[in-house]
Amino acid sequence: MTGNRTVFTGKRTGSKRKHLEERFFKGLMLLSCLAVAGGLGAILLTVVVKGLPGLSWELLTQTPKGGFYLGKEGGILNAIAGSLYLALGATALAALIALPIALYLEVYAPGSRRAAVIRLSLDVMWGIPSIVYGAFGFTVMMLVGLRASLLGGILTLTLLELPIMARAMDEVIKMIPMELKESSFALGTTRFEAAVKIMARQALPGIVTGMLLAFGRGIGDAASVLFTAGFTDRMPTSLFRPVASLPLAVFFQLGMPYKEVQERAYASALVLTVIVLGVSLGSRLLARRLARNVVQ
Amino acid sequence: MNDTHISVRDLNVYYGKHQALCDINVEIPRNKITVILGPSGCGKTTLLKSLNRLLDITDGVRVTGQVLLDGINIYDPAVDVTEVRKRAGLLSQRPYPLPMSVYDNVAFGPRVHGLTRGRDMDAEVQRHLEMAGLWDEVKDRLHAPAARLSVGQQQRLCLARGLAVEPEVILGDEPTSALDPISAQHIEARLLELRELYTIVLVTHILRQARRLADYVVFMYLGDLVEDGPAAQVFAHPREERTRAYLSGEF
Repeated sequence: MTGNRTVFTGKRTGSKRKHLEERFFKGLMLLSCLAVAGGLGAILLTVVVKGLPGLSWELLTQTPKGGFYLGKEGGILNAIAGSLYLALGATALAALIALPIALYLEVYAPGSRRAAVIRLSLDVMWGIPSIVYGAFGFTVMMLVGLRASLLGGILTLTLLELPIMARAMDEVIKMIPMELKESSFALGTTRFEAAVKIMARQALPGIVTGMLLAFGRGIGDAASVLFTAGFTDRMPTSLFRPVASLPLAVFFQLGMPYKEVQERAYASALVLTVIVLGVSLGSRLLARRLARNVVQ
Repeated sequence: MNDTHISVRDLNVYYGKHQALCDINVEIPRNKITVILGPSGCGKTTLLKSLNRLLDITDGVRVTGQVLLDGINIYDPAVDVTEVRKRAGLLSQRPYPLPMSVYDNVAFGPRVHGLTRGRDMDAEVQRHLEMAGLWDEVKDRLHAPAARLSVGQQQRLCLARGLAVEPEVILGDEPTSALDPISAQHIEARLLELRELYTIVLVTHILRQARRLADYVVFMYLGDLVEDGPAAQVFAHPREERTRAYLSGEF
């Protein structure tokens, strides 16, 4: 009856070449994954090994004293505080702008030309190097008579964070099922009520994740705050005075020809890394808690 | 004769260049269950969603003609679309609870529309959950996320949520198609009870369900309304050949 069909034996009948091909590409993919994990491991290891000797209670709790950059007493509290102020300020400001953009794109203008133009602009903004934001921010500040200051740094970082945050929020809001939108409208809500009371709630975990992603980029960026926030050995006290930041603290210390100072540079980098890691782990936990109401 | 609640006149709907509904005319009776029957892709859901202007949120839709709800054309530019939707709630194919607790799902509509001024929200929530036949199952976990309910319970929650807005019309888009048989029965039983108070319009492609529920039948095929009439008459003596063919399971 089944003339040409071979008997099922359970043994491999395909060519040996196919089998090798499968194994080869699987190995290749595994290698790529290892490169990522290994890269992260190597970076963390370097920062920890080189940073730990320089890390001390003093470093975390004091501001630079005279001769700090020559290896004398003091700490980087000014930079820790400055970085937190800068990144928190910029993240809050960027969120105020990014959330309305993301909601507008999905609730008011889905699939429209206007939405496509806005998304393209955000993507282009995302790709602009941070030194360009720094130079742009500096130029504008010169024009309006604002000197390097906390405010200037926050505004420039806001520009840097905005596209990341808006696009991240946009992506999660896009994932909301059409039917949930329909359900909301079917209850007689206006677009605004649907956007704020339902869509934003459904997307809340993603919105938080997007904010922290942007925070991470903001706090780690050196080039955009170089001209706009300046640097100082004092603690931040005013929006209109320069502030220190961790990336620049790393940069300045690393450039010094003294071993102690370079160790402190790595210790500063370790502090920065721990802040970013802490924030991203914290955001994951928070997002999971917020996800309890989310409809699958 | 029947008191007409919704009257559809010369309704045409286009998605871009594709015409989804052609010159639909039908009178939907008040406080009855009207079932829209037909094979997939015949425009049943489009007709249903034209009744509360839910079509508006789809891209590139154009509607001509009229849908009169109590004599008022809901496509009149002067009409507030949220008022229309408040009067005609929707039960969709798959339940989509709102991303909040069971209680807040039911309270959502009344809160948005300010319906419970001077009334006790807890009592309102209980009343509507009872009407949807869900109260006994959820009364101990009103503040748990709605997403944790079973699919069948979620669909009844969506019914309660819709009823809490105090509509006159309930639109159902194959509301039992994602449910197990027991849950489907629950929903059917509720709909039969609710027809005393509401005008119900259901889309289904399950013939047996139509026979169980329908007072009035609308048969659609490829965007045309082929035949409509009282259920007993359409099922026993269809006028059109296409209706007869569909009812006997030929397509």
